[in-house]
Amino acid sequence: MRFFDNKNVNQQMPQKEAQMQMLKWIWSVGVNVLSRIWNTVKTFFSLHYCPSRVAKVLLAIVPFVLLLGTYIHFSNKRHEENPRDKILPTISQMYEQVKIYVVETDKRTDKNLFVDDTLASLKRLLIGVSIASVLSLIWGLSMGIYPWVRSTWMPFVTFVSIIPPLAILPIIFIGLGVEELGKISLIVLGITFLMTRDLKIAVENIPREQIVKALTLGASSWAIVYRIIFPQVMPRFIEMIRVYLSPAWLFLIAAEAIASKNGLAYRIFLSRRYLNMSLIIPIVFWITSIGFLMNFILKKILDWKYRWYVDIKNG
Amino acid sequence: MSAAREENHVIYCLDMVKAYGANVVLDDIDFKVSRGEFVTVVGPSGCGKSTMLRLILGQERHTSGTMLIDGREIYHPDVTRGIVFQRYSLFPHLTAMENVMIGKLFTATCLELLGSMETSRDEAMYYLKKVGLEDDAKKKPHQLSGGQQQRVAIAQALIMKPEILMMDEPYGALDPYTREDLQMFILEVWEETGMTIFFVTHDLEEAVFLGSRVVAFSQYYSDGRHGLKHGARIVSDYDLGRSIKSTEVKKSPAFSDLIHRIRHESFEPKFCQSVKAFNQTHPDSFMTLTEEQGAVAAEVVESI
Ligand SMILES: Nc1ncnc2c1ncn2[C@@H]1O[C@H](COP(=O)(O)OP(=O)(O)OP(=O)(O)O)[C@@H](O)[C@H]1O
Ligand SMILES: [Mg+2]
Repeated sequence: MRFFDNKNVNQQMPQKEAQMQMLKWIWSVGVNVLSRIWNTVKTFFSLHYCPSRVAKVLLAIVPFVLLLGTYIHFSNKRHEENPRDKILPTISQMYEQVKIYVVETDKRTDKNLFVDDTLASLKRLLIGVSIASVLSLIWGLSMGIYPWVRSTWMPFVTFVSIIPPLAILPIIFIGLGVEELGKISLIVLGITFLMTRDLKIAVENIPREQIVKALTLGASSWAIVYRIIFPQVMPRFIEMIRVYLSPAWLFLIAAEAIASKNGLAYRIFLSRRYLNMSLIIPIVFWITSIGFLMNFILKKILDWKYRWYVDIKNG
Repeated sequence: MSAAREENHVIYCLDMVKAYGANVVLDDIDFKVSRGEFVTVVGPSGCGKSTMLRLILGQERHTSGTMLIDGREIYHPDVTRGIVFQRYSLFPHLTAMENVMIGKLFTATCLELLGSMETSRDEAMYYLKKVGLEDDAKKKPHQLSGGQQQRVAIAQALIMKPEILMMDEPYGALDPYTREDLQMFILEVWEETGMTIFFVTHDLEEAVFLGSRVVAFSQYYSDGRHGLKHGARIVSDYDLGRSIKSTEVKKSPAFSDLIHRIRHESFEPKFCQSVKAFNQTHPDSFMTLTEEQGAVAAEVVESI
């Protein structure tokens, strides 16, 4: 395929000039293409870049691919030197361990350890977060609403919320025992005060006009709480739970690491004794997945039940 | 001032002072409003218009002096005084319909609540129709335009049939067309219900057009207290008659004259008229000065 009809050109101008024309044309096309590429690159790195759906997905995948690639690279390298390396296990090594953990029944306890650990951890986490939620909801709402509750408890809550919960972990274990009570208490103590403080702020952020307005419409104190304040604080509260699930996991893992007979974190720390990275990495991945799922569910609830809040926040 | 006369007035203030700590905001206010008056309130920013509104609402208490609403002392906001703010009047988690209806639910007793759900709904629908939003009943406030939101807010206040309807810059964020539309609307409501309306605005044209009485607050006046920062007083008070004006009136020279006069008397920091010289032509306006103030004021007048 030729771009130019040579004959035609030859008829009109000499050979040399035709070549010049051709070169000029190539040059201009080249400059055009280059400047377009340059502009695209420039936009991409500027703050005006507005990624398409596909671009968003592709960009989001990049860090994961980088992480996985780096891991596989170093894992392969170590296995070339020592085929029985345990520090950076290969995927197949992990698969073996996961199969034993997930499928087989433990001979000593006659239980499926994977199911047992997951349920134990989830139970502690959910009970802890639920208790913390109810406590902070009642406490934070009353602090936001009633001046006397605020004056009585705010300084205390501020003070106590600064105590690093892990520092009083021994006290909790000595006082409440290392069984379920102690572990759940650590989670509750770890997040309740912070959540209470945030809820109080959420209540205070409701414009004063709303309360005045409700009063002029004949609302009783109780009606203001459950018809005006509570429904408006609820979406913020769900967002808060999303945030405080992370510290809750932290305290759960700390509690299970130190004293436990089961649980996902217990399994991780048990495996550590045998340098069993082939099991540790998949469990970490599993915990992350559970956390991700919880986050996702809470976000969906927010989208579904509190559309107005999401819409206002997104402008 | 006899007690009987005071009772005829919806709002009655005598020597009323409102101060936040050492900061006197409203200084020695004498003010009374007859039933059914459309009072528009203007004044420089920060002179205490919203403060005055909060006092009448019962959201705050005055510092000294007398203040009676319907002949009674008030301590809290209640159903006799409705309010429309510039923002945040509507509850964001409720639909337009629920926003209008909620007053009915608040004031219903438990038994009524079971029976009258339907009648409340019908009544709310009636008010929504009145403000022309029956098609948007199911929308949440953020899905409505600013003008529509204010309409719902007015309907929400109207359903309680308050004695006084208070509005704090209700149209401040609306475009001129919507604004005029809602001005006509509030006049219709006023004519129909005969409510007393207390309407704070920054727009002098709006104030003179809507009000049957225009009241200007200002901290720019002199009462002989040199160097002392004093609070705002009512510096002018005009009677504009209760008949509803047509929009044509906005083009008349008398209309713009009055606007200029109020702007001059109330908004110009350099124009410090004496307390004795205030332009208070409304029959309800009155001013009590202490002997000392009166004497000093007389001096000031003479020196001018
Ligand atoms: N809660 C408060 N504590 C202390 N000072 C206050 C308080 N509320 C208002 N003020 C002061 O009172 C003065 C009057 O405020 P206000 O809001 O009534 O003015 P305004 O006339 O409504 O002004 P604008 O036209 O800007 O709305 C201001 O100087 C303000 O700083
Ligand atoms: Mg104001």
